Amino acid sequence: MKEFFAFIKKEFLHIFRDKRTILIVMIMPIVQIILFGFAISTEVNNVRVAIVGDTTDPEVRKVIDRIDNNKYLTVTEILSNTNEISPKFQRNEADVAVCFSRNFDSELHSGGKASIRIIGDGSDPNTAQMITSYVSGAIQDEQDDITIDYAGEQKTSMSPVVQLMYNPAMKSSYNFVPGVMGLILMLICSMMTAISIVKEKETGTMELLLVSPVKPLWIIISKAMPYLVLSIANFVSILLLSHYVMEVPVNGSLFLLSGVALLFIIASLAIGLLISVIASNQRTALLISGMGLTMPTMIFSGIIFPCESMPEILQWVSHIIPAKWFIIMVKKIMIQGDGFVYIIKELSILAGMAAALLAISIKSFKTRLQ
Amino acid sequence: MSTELDTNSSYAMEIRNLTKKFGNFTAVDNISFNVRKGEIFGFLGANGAGKTTAMKILCGLSRPTAGEGTVAGFDINNEQEKIKRHIGYMSQKFALYPDLTVRENIRLFGGIYGLADPEIKAKTNNMLQTLEMENVRDKLAGELPLGWKQKLSFSIALIHGPEIIFLDEPTGGVDPETRRRFWEMIYEASEKGITVFVTTHYMDEAEYCDRVSIMVDGRIEALDSPAALKTKYKATNMDAVFRTIARKAQREE
Amino acid sequence: MNAIEIEHISKNYKTVSAVKDISLSVKEGEIFGLIGPDGAGKTTLFRIMTTLMLADAGKGRICGFDIVKDYAQIRQIIGYMPGRFSLYQDLSVQENIDFFATMFGTTLQDNYETIREIYSQIEPFRKRKAGKLSGGMKQKLALCCALVHKPSVLFLDEPTTGVDAVSRKDFWNMLYRIKASGVTVFVSTPYMDEAGLCDRMALIRQGNIIDTGTPAEIVAKYPYALLAVKGTPMYPLLKELRKLDGVISCFSFGDSHHLAYDPAKTQKENILAAAVAAGFKDCTAWEIKPGIEDCFMQLSEQ
Repeated sequence: MKEFFAFIKKEFLHIFRDKRTILIVMIMPIVQIILFGFAISTEVNNVRVAIVGDTTDPEVRKVIDRIDNNKYLTVTEILSNTNEISPKFQRNEADVAVCFSRNFDSELHSGGKASIRIIGDGSDPNTAQMITSYVSGAIQDEQDDITIDYAGEQKTSMSPVVQLMYNPAMKSSYNFVPGVMGLILMLICSMMTAISIVKEKETGTMELLLVSPVKPLWIIISKAMPYLVLSIANFVSILLLSHYVMEVPVNGSLFLLSGVALLFIIASLAIGLLISVIASNQRTALLISGMGLTMPTMIFSGIIFPCESMPEILQWVSHIIPAKWFIIMVKKIMIQGDGFVYIIKELSILAGMAAALLAISIKSFKTRLQ
Repeated sequence: MSTELDTNSSYAMEIRNLTKKFGNFTAVDNISFNVRKGEIFGFLGANGAGKTTAMKILCGLSRPTAGEGTVAGFDINNEQEKIKRHIGYMSQKFALYPDLTVRENIRLFGGIYGLADPEIKAKTNNMLQTLEMENVRDKLAGELPLGWKQKLSFSIALIHGPEIIFLDEPTGGVDPETRRRFWEMIYEASEKGITVFVTTHYMDEAEYCDRVSIMVDGRIEALDSPAALKTKYKATNMDAVFRTIARKAQREE
Repeated sequence: MNAIEIEHISKNYKTVSAVKDISLSVKEGEIFGLIGPDGAGKTTLFRIMTTLMLADAGKGRICGFDIVKDYAQIRQIIGYMPGRFSLYQDLSVQENIDFFATMFGTTLQDNYETIREIYSQIEPFRKRKAGKLSGGMKQKLALCCALVHKPSVLFLDEPTTGVDAVSRKDFWNMLYRIKASGVTVFVSTPYMDEAGLCDRMALIRQGNIIDTGTPAEIVAKYPYALLAVKGTPMYPLLKELRKLDGVISCFSFGDSHHLAYDPAKTQKENILAAAVAAGFKDCTAWEIKPGIEDCFMQLSEQ
């Protein structure tokens, strides 16, 4: 036992004396959360709407009120003609423009053609797409009311109304917090563990450890332990950040969430050990964990694009990524507030993976050099 | 000793009051020496005596804190690029690219030193012939025996016809015969008028030099021919001379 | 009982054979040197004997323990210093020693006497990081770490490579003191001049043991007569001497050339006369006893 604690102490000394490690372990989670949260935001929030049309027209007024009453939309400008839109976009004074046709009210009520044009700022296509569809959704509501009020029945063709449950504003933080959590835990556990073991191989100290009477199993456990502690610290800090800064709720059981995270951390540590067995130098270890873990985790975790829209073969590949199952569970627990019974499938898959990985990595960690 | 620098002198290297400091630490402390053209000059010193630092300045890789001098006729303070083009360098640590073939290695270094294609071609054939390595020309350099690698990297270091060649512990860990064969190559180069500046941990190799300098704590503590040093320190071999002088070392690295 | 027994050990890496059918025995309490150039198979043999690697064929025992079956026992009783001063560069001298002591289930205090002499030299720097020590100091620290648990057999893989002549001398003095405390020392080196310092040794080349014995025994087997020859200029003289009849080999050794010749075919006088006739000045020649390096070169020829 004394050996074990001496070993862990040594491991922490390594970590705290290497500024790079500290930077990766402590600063990266915060930077990632902030980066994803503010810089790469794709959500609809505080959208500034410019109106072009006759504001004295009662029907126009109604639509404007509707837009203005929406939590995420604000009418900031009333313009007299469409030529004024472009300068507004250029000076970044408006995000979207809504144009009403002339005699909007009378056209509408006489069954003529009353048209509304929504103009988005295409220089940022993703955001523009999102905003225009959100605005048109808001207007659609009004149109439905009008149709029902005046005609008594719905004459227009069926148009689907999309409503997002749990995340009405399509807040991207709901998507990326679980993703970033998976990514960071994976990185710290797998990459850092692998690198720290491979480093000992490279400098030759692994030879000394192996020649000592300490059992290889203890070497493994004591190498992994500090990163387990750091991962838990990171998990907590991400959770706090996302709750207080990103305002992502934890709707489900915190206890269950922690349990799931711990399981994922163990699986990731096992992967790290496996990499350390394969790789003979730090560069290889970095490459394997970077290309083999981080990239697929990024792609398949749904942070960047949804898994469902991938070709079937890639979806199959995504099944073997532990982070995918973890992220699904985190989403279910945090956002949907699901309980244990709803995640049994994912939980058993991840548990199976963790057990298998742990068994393989401990078995393949040799008592000798190659 | 004259303090003026004469570029047309019979010296390949003239160094005056060279000093290099890292913060408070004086790695090289006011050293002065000349190396004659065509001479084999042994640059000895204990670990941490400042050899490597001095060598870096002489090769144009680092600037001195103070002092002046010329290497191959170029100023060490402001003609570093020219120095690099007129010297050859070989060390045991870095010599050849192991994943390139013998021919590719020669080509590469010929190209690095800006030789024209036909010239590289001619030199390659010439070199392979003199080294008797024609039948391994397409073998990877990493697969050659150590002795061959050494011969090859020595020849490659001379590919651009430098006036001075710097050898940084060229024979470490090599078997006794290969080591001596290597020194025979050094003699041959020296006979052709190339100045050889060499560091080594083998004291018998110090005997092969025309003159040796021994650095202690950043200063040159002794500089003379091996025979003169042995007489002065009443020693039978250079090993004893070296140990007598290096024992004076005070500082820790 | 022999401290180390090696019987017909072989090891191949893919197609290259690193160690070929090596058999050796090292007596208890002696300094045994494994001498040969880089790539001769020294490190491979060390790794096999320290249970870090499995041999393809052959058997080995350390103090009676089998290197494969009883590896756990062997790891309790050996000390090992790998080729590159393998220490934790970011830990201090003190932290390194404490760590390795704990790994072997002991403490620095318990075994202070064993390493006192060496440790006292690095004790003033015990707060310094190992990476900031000089080559000689690192070597001493590595030796302390390998000795801290009072091993019976000490394996030192090229402890003096890249170390200057003064530190090498110091290091060998330490080895004698370690030997005096009853530890068997198995040491490898590429420096032939260190061969004479061992009690017994094996010369290794390209994975083969080319000779083994005490320095005196090995030197006694040298089959030719040997001359030291001097003259000016030296290098042309070397080339001239090689051409002479009856000369087997000629190589430079420090300030003279060592010339091996067949006494049946030529004599010292003939050789000297030929050198003078060829126009060399200050020619002298005298009979010498061969050194280990002469023997190594002669054995390599075969």
